[in-house]
Amino acid sequence: MLLDRTGRKPDLWTRGQPDDHAPVLVAWEEWNTQARLGNDPDRLGVEIPNTLAIEDLRPVLSQVGLVAIRFGAFSDGRGLSQARLIRRAGFTGVLRAVGPLIPDEFGFALQCGFDEVELPESSAHRQSEDEWLRSLAAYSHTYQQGYRSRTSILAQRRLARLSKGQSHA
Amino acid sequence: MYRYDEFDAGFVRERVALFRDQVQRRIDGSLTEDEFKPLRLKNGVYLQLHAYMLRVAIPYGTLSSVQLRQLALIGERYDRGYGHLTTRQNIQFNWPKLRDVPDILDLLADVEMHCIQTSGNCIRNVTADHFAGVAADEWIDPRPVCELIRQWSTAHPEFSYLPRKFKIAVTGASHDRAVVKAHDIGLRIVRHPDTGAHGFEVSVGGGLGRTPMIGKVIRDFLPQEELLAYLEAVMRVYNLEGRRDNKYKARIKILVHETGTEALKARIEHEFAQLDGPSINADPEELARIAAYFAPPHYEELPAVSARLEAAKSANPVFADWIDTNGFAHKVAGYRAITISLKGIGEIPGDITSAQMRQVADLADRYSLSEIRVSHNQNLILPNVKNDDLFALWQGLVEAGLATANVGLITDIIACPGLDYCALATARSIPIAQAIAKRFADPARQREIGPLNLNISGCINACGHHHVGQIGILGLEKRGQESYQITLGGDPTEQAAIGEIVGPGLTAEAVPDAIERLVEVYLEARQVGETFIDTFRRIGIGPFKLAFQHNLEGADHVA
Amino acid sequence: MSATKRPPLPVILLANHFLDGEVVFWSGQGWSRNPQEAQTASTQAEADVLEEAGRLAFARAEVVDAALIDVSLSADGQPVPNHFRERFKISGPSVRTDLGKQAEFAKDQAKG
Ligand code: HEM
Ligand code: SF4
Repeated sequence: MLLDRTGRKPDLWTRGQPDDHAPVLVAWEEWNTQARLGNDPDRLGVEIPNTLAIEDLRPVLSQVGLVAIRFGAFSDGRGLSQARLIRRAGFTGVLRAVGPLIPDEFGFALQCGFDEVELPESSAHRQSEDEWLRSLAAYSHTYQQGYRSRTSILAQRRLARLSKGQSHA
Repeated sequence: MYRYDEFDAGFVRERVALFRDQVQRRIDGSLTEDEFKPLRLKNGVYLQLHAYMLRVAIPYGTLSSVQLRQLALIGERYDRGYGHLTTRQNIQFNWPKLRDVPDILDLLADVEMHCIQTSGNCIRNVTADHFAGVAADEWIDPRPVCELIRQWSTAHPEFSYLPRKFKIAVTGASHDRAVVKAHDIGLRIVRHPDTGAHGFEVSVGGGLGRTPMIGKVIRDFLPQEELLAYLEAVMRVYNLEGRRDNKYKARIKILVHETGTEALKARIEHEFAQLDGPSINADPEELARIAAYFAPPHYEELPAVSARLEAAKSANPVFADWIDTNGFAHKVAGYRAITISLKGIGEIPGDITSAQMRQVADLADRYSLSEIRVSHNQNLILPNVKNDDLFALWQGLVEAGLATANVGLITDIIACPGLDYCALATARSIPIAQAIAKRFADPARQREIGPLNLNISGCINACGHHHVGQIGILGLEKRGQESYQITLGGDPTEQAAIGEIVGPGLTAEAVPDAIERLVEVYLEARQVGETFIDTFRRIGIGPFKLAFQHNLEGADHVA
Repeated sequence: MSATKRPPLPVILLANHFLDGEVVFWSGQGWSRNPQEAQTASTQAEADVLEEAGRLAFARAEVVDAALIDVSLSADGQPVPNHFRERFKISGPSVRTDLGKQAEFAKDQAKG
């Protein structure tokens, strides 16, 4: 099951051999040996292990439209830090978490810069799309500033202070 | 005291609803037990031997009387009428039912409390000097910084699935009462030598457990405004590089050890230089907003010496001893901070009944501006007592059975729950504490022995801080029997040290005799003005080992 | 629970009830809170049955930490765990004899 913040979506990417139609996701381990289709980042993605140093991925980021990070286990949070670093490196394409994540981690993953989660069948048959979406509504506000969001609790307090300061002025 | 604003209050309520939902999802099978367990741990719910256990955070050890009464209510309604104070400024209930936990969390939220991140592989409850704000040797109250860290670390999107637990402690006094060097990150608030600006000395990689280590300083001065960004840099390096292949090697102390302090420091500084500080750091105004809640209460102008107190002391020597032992110098003249010992002779260290919680809450309302503290020594503190009120307070405590005069003495024992409650234990700790306390019950003898901290853990995880006990006792299993290993010379203060093993393991019955022999060695060797640790440092472990060996010849030991 | 780690016979099946946390024993018919109702398995085949009961109950989120515990039989036929850890687990805290099974099911309790 592939999910983003709006719900379930079809997976247009294929793994393995490049194909004339579908965009292809190349495993990091095969990145240097696999034939690549032209220079179209929209049709090329890379799938990395959660042990990869993001410094090593940097040169690749401009060539791909999707980076997938493999989570060995939901309890292994390395991918969350990798996502932050990939976003900090300026990557604006699609960032995908692959593995047995749990719904309670979905909001965290989005805050760290992920766009979507690809769940294995063993998780997907227990967990509904609805559960995943519901988990995003668990907290109305968070203390930390997330990727694409400027509305941390600290930021809102700052804003309240500013508007109060203005109305006093 | 800090008060929740609408965001804090809303967050805690939503968290309760989320946990309710998580329990439901476990029941309906959408979460497996492996998935559910870390979620329940992050809400303070453990499974012990006999039942679940719920660990409630008491951030930086500060409690109001209203909160203490609520804990009393929870103890009565959902537990067996008591709670247990821990070495990390938490309180644990030993018998809650999982089905009741969401309701308990709602009761806690009613008084601005929670169990968030009191367990699990995340940033835990931030601890501080229990005399914060009142200690005479403190120059800045660490609690606003602790509160800032509490908020920043709460449900942190990036650092909620760390390799292992992560503990942070802060002190702002010259004497370290928060054991900062035994924490994953220890922060000492310092003043810049040139500018006088506030900042932190940062150490990383302290920890006890099976590989005890003292934290290493990686920053002599971190400007206060940059704290959260720097913490984020440390956490990111740890999250990415900390070992995940072996749970016993997963703490940051192992990363520090294996990478080397200098190399790790360089990586942290490199990350710190790259991250976007302003998007992480709190404004000075935010810290000021929090600090305003910790502004000193309205103290009366009082003479330093209270005639009433002096009169009561000379009329009542037992009271005088209690004051001298359990009193602590306050930064405001005419006031004192009082430690309420939860170490009555023969009682369970750190346990307090719901009835006693209410009595303490009432006494706090009457005599301590409604405030109570929790110390890592498993005691309570009334931080703001007028000298004039001390005698009345003492009488109230006598009535509650809470006037034991032994703070800092050999019977003020830290003990983890051990095998009487804990599923990980290899031996019991509480009965050992009780037996030793009974052996040294005589108050005059305890005072004669002087300051001596004795810490007991029921397994190598070291929850009872045995490594930093001047006398440490570790309960192990040897050939199907409980066996106790004794260490000497540990020190939890700014001169932090790990104790050395004095000899082979003993049976439970043999422990009090052995402790008595070790104490005698000190009493015989001590010079004028020396405490146990001073003598130990001067003469070394040799004489203690010798006496221990002699003693063994009479006792049956499990080797 | 894996068969490879099975303790020596005879054994009983011990667990904590998922929603209550309380220690429960497999009685043959279901879970009992009373240690005196624990069913003792003396053969591998009987132990297999216990193990399966634990596995199913765990899968249904009825219990957690289900484990076979090796016991000896006391004079009156009551199973007493061989290891002191489990003796505490089926009795209660040794420092609070007013709490736990030892208080509730006082008769015939195994001594800690
Ligand atoms: C169900 C009960 C408990 C369990 C399962 C438990 C588990 C553990 C474990 C596994 C560790 C070792 C962590 C490591 O080195 O990675 C540890 C450390 C610790 N625990 Fe507990 N604990 C329990 C109760 C307590 C209690 C009651 C206290 C306080 C009296 C406590 C305070 C501590 C402290 C201070 C450490 C510090 C060691 C360090 O930071 O390295 N724990 N605990
Ligand atoms: S030290 Fe061991 S026995 Fe004691 S509470 Fe910690 S885990 Fe349990």
